[in-house]
Amino acid sequence: MAKKEYSFYPGCSSERKASASNYMVSVESMCKTLDIQLNEIPDWNCCGASIGYAEGGELPRHTLNARNIALSEKHNANQDIVATCAACWLGTKETQERLSHSEQMLADTKESLKEAGLENDYKGEVPIRHMVEVLIEDFGYEALGKPVTKPLQGIKIAGYVGCQTNRPFGVDGESFENPKYLDKLVETMGAEPVENYDQKVTCCGGALAFSEPEKSQVQIKKIIESAYDHGAEMIVTPCPVCQMNVEVYQDQINKTYGTKFKIPVTYYSQLMAVAYGSNAKEAGLNGNIVRAPQLEEIAAK
Amino acid sequence: MTATNTAMVAKYQNNFLQEVEANVEEGDWVKMCMQCGVCAGSCPLGNAWEHPPQEIFMMIRAGKREEVLSSESMWMCTSCYNCIVRCPRELPITHIMHGLANYAHRLGIAHKKNPTRRFAKIFWNNISKSGRVNELSLSIKLYFMDGIVSGIKKGLQMMGVGLGLVKTGRLDPMALISHKGIKDTKGLQAMLKKANEIEDKRKGYAS
Repeated sequence: MAKKEYSFYPGCSSERKASASNYMVSVESMCKTLDIQLNEIPDWNCCGASIGYAEGGELPRHTLNARNIALSEKHNANQDIVATCAACWLGTKETQERLSHSEQMLADTKESLKEAGLENDYKGEVPIRHMVEVLIEDFGYEALGKPVTKPLQGIKIAGYVGCQTNRPFGVDGESFENPKYLDKLVETMGAEPVENYDQKVTCCGGALAFSEPEKSQVQIKKIIESAYDHGAEMIVTPCPVCQMNVEVYQDQINKTYGTKFKIPVTYYSQLMAVAYGSNAKEAGLNGNIVRAPQLEEIAAK
Repeated sequence: MTATNTAMVAKYQNNFLQEVEANVEEGDWVKMCMQCGVCAGSCPLGNAWEHPPQEIFMMIRAGKREEVLSSESMWMCTSCYNCIVRCPRELPITHIMHGLANYAHRLGIAHKKNPTRRFAKIFWNNISKSGRVNELSLSIKLYFMDGIVSGIKKGLQMMGVGLGLVKTGRLDPMALISHKGIKDTKGLQAMLKKANEIEDKRKGYAS
């Protein structure tokens, strides 16, 4: 298969020594196997995330995303923008949609972009996609299964899709209430997706895990409990915020509720990297706070 | 009471629906709500809302300006977008909630102590400084927003999480000095300043 190239928007959490740095490591390994070349958008900035709205008005937020789109269309012309972070993908896509529907907002955004010398670079024409869309649509399950050298046999995995890769845009052909793509990916890697995981699209609290921790931890508890109830040994997710929230608060939830949660929460790209033959480090497994011994074992083989 | 708030009260003469339509993100959708309540039933933090979205929409139409803008309800939005995809009238409810929160904050009516309001403000200042999130600085500012004593208490509570992240290479303990951000911070800040100016002008905010 020929090399595929994309304009890459990694996002803040994927930076070195940031909260999803291990996601990035595993994405790099996965892309190496699939012969995907990611051309980073030069000098990209934060998307404003879903929590920027109090101080950041509508126009400043869209301007932030428009800057990234303009930089991409300028330097990585004609390449689809691909994001690995759910919020980055959503924010960028929302801005492109909003600006395409409002001439006023577009004109105001361009006037703001002028201050950064980018007023002529925003076209808003390039498709903005999440990495899982690239995998499913540009490769397909069959092609993704071909490079598997170490099938993840016998591991039961709950596919936790969460919110922002699923709503409001979602992945084409999937339902909002019961998307199947993560289960199919799990199956393609030789593992066993748990059936009827009823909290697969439940919100983990998002940014409110910081500001309203008690309320968010009720959500996280539901997500983990349901995974255990359905026999999962591991949770997999496509979103850095989901990963972080569901993984790092397990001790605090155990303390509050007397539960004994200790379930690894991995990225789809980590499963794929391991199944494609990467070692633990290349799959970013050393970045998991709740270690995933089953994956580490396969990776060491 | 800010000058902007006084100006808005004078301008809209208690026609709160009109005020929301003009100044709140996606506010012109408010009148489309048919009060089915699916949004309330779909919200992950539904129990924490004093007034669920459909109630807020009706309150806007009934002119309950003070009650709506001072409410903590819209600050409970986790941006999960469940209400949007389930709304039979396809109202962009998430955006309207963000818009109301932003407007209440802008007018100085929003609860000063609301933790999400404060966190959102810290977050925005964080990213508009360097162009990218400095996760360490963000967490420290959040935990210490109520002062040293409560900050140390929260810091201790979060110690396990923080150490776990540092040990796995997912939090840089030196980030206060080593975090770089983007190269063109000057351009980014000028761009945001301009965007703020244009928005203020369009919405008639007193400067």
